[in-house]
Amino acid sequence: MTSLERTAPIAFGLLGLILWQTAVSLLQVPVYVLPGPIAIITAFWSDHASLLLSLLSTLAVTAAALIAAASLGMILALAMAASRLARAAIQPWAVVLQVTPVVAIAPLIIIWVNQQFAALVVCATIVAFFPVLSNTAAGLAATPPELADLFRLNGATRRQTLFLLRLPAALPYFLAGLRIAGTLALVGAVVAEFVASSGGFASGLAGRILESGYRLEIARMFAALTLLAITGILIYAALGAFERMILRRFGAGPSGEVK
Amino acid sequence: MLRLNGVGRRFPNNVIALDNITTRIEPGAFIALLGPSGCGKSTLLRILAGLDTPDTGSLTWDDNTPPGPGDIGFVFQDATLLPWANAEANVFLPLRLAGKSLETARPIVRDTLAQLGLAGFEHAKPTELSGGMRMRVSIARALVSRPKLLLMDEPFAALDEFTRHRLQDDLFALWREARTTIVFVTHSIYEAAYLASRIIVMSPRPGRIAAELTCTLPDTNTRRTDPAYAALTTQVTETLRAVMPA
Ligand SMILES: Nc1ncnc2c1ncn2[C@@H]1O[C@H](COP(=O)(O)OP(=O)(O)OP(=O)(O)O)[C@@H](O)[C@H]1O
Ligand SMILES: [Mg+2]
Repeated sequence: MTSLERTAPIAFGLLGLILWQTAVSLLQVPVYVLPGPIAIITAFWSDHASLLLSLLSTLAVTAAALIAAASLGMILALAMAASRLARAAIQPWAVVLQVTPVVAIAPLIIIWVNQQFAALVVCATIVAFFPVLSNTAAGLAATPPELADLFRLNGATRRQTLFLLRLPAALPYFLAGLRIAGTLALVGAVVAEFVASSGGFASGLAGRILESGYRLEIARMFAALTLLAITGILIYAALGAFERMILRRFGAGPSGEVK
Repeated sequence: MLRLNGVGRRFPNNVIALDNITTRIEPGAFIALLGPSGCGKSTLLRILAGLDTPDTGSLTWDDNTPPGPGDIGFVFQDATLLPWANAEANVFLPLRLAGKSLETARPIVRDTLAQLGLAGFEHAKPTELSGGMRMRVSIARALVSRPKLLLMDEPFAALDEFTRHRLQDDLFALWREARTTIVFVTHSIYEAAYLASRIIVMSPRPGRIAAELTCTLPDTNTRRTDPAYAALTTQVTETLRAVMPA
């Protein structure tokens, strides 16, 4: 990528912001319909303590869900790789959980798990774990057959094959799954917060968004939305950097290619 | 070393990969398996390694002692190294799987790397090595457990001509020194004629032994320019023409 290509999205975004602000000012669009960027920044600044605190609450749910999703996805993938019976038993249920919209099951979970934070984490985990599971399972299944033969020829035990070959070979796949899971955990956390907010629990950013809607503070709503979008991008970028760092230290190609 | 008695292999899709293969692999031999694509060379090699089992016929090992872990070295067409491990760790792998610690195994690992001209590259990762050097690491890995039988499946096919010649020379020197029994699969008449003490020519569909040639080139490193080498390649070429279906 050239430096011009690197700066292009930023320049494009800035241009959009300028056009937006000019249009809103010239056409005198009321701020409760569409606030301009300046109004949004002002709204953020005047309420940043509450917004950032809410973001922290959402981030706590996201982080806990990501850790849970990573562990759960990894454990289930290992079970599926270890036994065909386990694979047959787990796979359809993983798909069922994946295709069921979390908005639909969140109310149930919030009733069943009566600790609010835990309930939100469970919802976000359900959204986030599938890419970890499917990627890791694919990685564990993609062990190069020649290397598997080599291990067999040298009398490797199942344990040795798992720890010295299959798990390291699956690491790039797992990390790619984790990167996707990171943004999904945030989405899951916010969706669950929306459901929970209607029941009175509103410490996350979704609570701020709903609250701003009721009060017609559209600029503050946009500020919360922007915060959420930036957080999502940062999570994706951070996990991408983590992935590259591990793979560089580990010496494998980014595609998980074993050659 | 071992005897093959009417070995046959038919895959579930009804491809007869091998049909009635009967021959003997004498200890210390350098046997080249020569034949066109699809004649069952890789299948035969996998059966020798115990990675596949024949449907008909059998293998009889001398003294009735089938090989155990580490008794067979295998080199594939690609180097197939662990990409996350350096050269030393890759070569150490067979010993590690046998339960040895790196401390006790290090002298053997270093010796084997040095034998293949890789002294000083112990800590290089596969991505930092050239194709030829990766293949050297792969051969070192196959030799580190001091196998009784070394199986090689077109190991130099993916290399350029210069690198291939160097590796052929070095493999030949290693074999002259240690006399490890080698079965070497190749598509190349010249490679087979240069290296082998016996050439088994195979023909496809079904995979059969079409001819066997005992080679009597001088046991020196100047083979390639010996008139007998040119005569042998001509003989192999003529044999191939005679036995291959049109
Ligand atoms: N696992 C398998 N299942 C079905 N058919 C197979 C299998 N392995 C090999 N075959 C078939 O058996 C035949 C012999 O295959 P093999 O790989 O032994 O040939 P080869 O001589 O090594 O060929 P090449 O020179 O291209 O490597 C081929 O027709 C191949 O398609
Ligand atoms: Mg082959």
